[in-house]
Amino acid sequence: MLLIECPWCGPRDEHEFHCGGQSHIQRPGPAESVSDAQWAGYLFDRLNPRGAHAERWVHQYGCGRWFNMVRDTTTHQILAIYQMHEPCPVPSDKGAGL
Amino acid sequence: MKSRYSVWKLIKEGLGGHTGWGPAWRNAAPKASYDVLIIGGGGHGLATAYYLAKNHGIHNVAVLEKGWIGGGNTGRNTTVIRSNYYYPASARLYDFSVSLYERLHKELNYNVMFSQRGIITLAHSRHDVEAATRWVGAMNCNGVATKMMSVPDIARRVPFLDVSATARFPVLGGFIQEKAGTARHDAVAWGYARAADTLGIDIIQNCEVTGFKRAADGRVTGVETSRGVIGCKKVGMAVAGSSTVLADLAGFRLPVTSYALQAFVSEPVKPVIDTVVLSLATGSYISQSDKGGLVIGGALDHYPSYAQRGNMPVARNVLGAIAEQYPALARVRFLRQWAGIVDVVPDSSPIIGTTPVPGLFMNCGWGTGGFKAIPAGGTLLAHHIATGAPHALAEPFSLERFTTGALIDEAAASGIAH
Repeated sequence: MLLIECPWCGPRDEHEFHCGGQSHIQRPGPAESVSDAQWAGYLFDRLNPRGAHAERWVHQYGCGRWFNMVRDTTTHQILAIYQMHEPCPVPSDKGAGL
Repeated sequence: MKSRYSVWKLIKEGLGGHTGWGPAWRNAAPKASYDVLIIGGGGHGLATAYYLAKNHGIHNVAVLEKGWIGGGNTGRNTTVIRSNYYYPASARLYDFSVSLYERLHKELNYNVMFSQRGIITLAHSRHDVEAATRWVGAMNCNGVATKMMSVPDIARRVPFLDVSATARFPVLGGFIQEKAGTARHDAVAWGYARAADTLGIDIIQNCEVTGFKRAADGRVTGVETSRGVIGCKKVGMAVAGSSTVLADLAGFRLPVTSYALQAFVSEPVKPVIDTVVLSLATGSYISQSDKGGLVIGGALDHYPSYAQRGNMPVARNVLGAIAEQYPALARVRFLRQWAGIVDVVPDSSPIIGTTPVPGLFMNCGWGTGGFKAIPAGGTLLAHHIATGAPHALAEPFSLERFTTGALIDEAAASGIAH
């Protein structure tokens, strides 16, 4: 069970939140110069690291706002919480995307 | 050559104090090189090694397992085997697997306890009933026999299910695949391990792969492991939730996200359910093991995880749903709970075949339903490794489908929430 610090509402139970998956995914462009392989990578490929993972969360049953979280996927420990427009504060072994 | 298991052998050993059984497989140490290395000593990996030897005559094979045989998802599922899928490609694949399971005990000379007790999928709304009717139509067109059930049919078959008008999850109907069932999951891993070992394959446990050796042209020439470097001509990987970790080592990306999937077993009780029952409204399902334990599963945990343990919110949802639907079970106590790390892909269909790395083949993406596909996954990956071309059944399930867009989206169509 996670206790998640919503940037606007403070610490709340994990039930109130929904995880929206990997964060910082950039849409490639301009569209006419993007190959099928690049689109596939953008749409489907995920970092899925064993360790620190930057992901988007929404306080679905609270304020309804999105934020970013870095969480360790082996321990579930929350390493950082930051705003959607901020860069990831935690370096990762996987480099790209984080 | 190991002796065959039989009733005569059992009687002989019984009279002799059970001293002559011997180990079911050798605890092999790694050789310097093999023709084929299989990474992952779960059901799919062991089956791949077995079929490489059995179907293709390739015996110089080793299975590398970082923990112990069947200690991953093969020993962490709810043992359900079914082929009630919607699309023709999936129906062919999973039905092939069920047909292999039907004769697996003879094939392996090992009792995997496959019991074709059927799976009932419950519809809880008019929309569920309409969807179920459509699925049953599609499945029968695809050659997978299923049929609709009325509420009285269901009440007769599952007497302790609450089908009353005031039920929290009212039952409006459902459908059944009679050929589906359950098997002993450990036995599937052990049976394949024993049969593969008999055919000369080395099973190497406590051997974690930490890197790939590549030739100048990019081809795989071996793997680095916690027990040293092992050379090879080809590598097959069947590592479920750890697929991304290996793909990172090999230098390519996968459309895979790893999640924990939980399961629960209760204290043994007298026989109360002789089939598998899945609820479309809650995603929870229940069956009873031969020992009497109620085996319960449900939806994925809510966020990516490599921790082989489940989280409380999902446990509460799954068990709450079971307690609502089967009020008589509300006070049954649980013995065990566990989680396996499953490899979820966007279209909930497996990836079988080549990778961007020459000489490296993979079998992953089964998500929440890999156990039912073990014989098929092993057969198809072995075929691809041995012949260099995909088996006809595996062709639609290549990694390239994510680029071409030919997805096989079973996310909602197989009668279970993935």
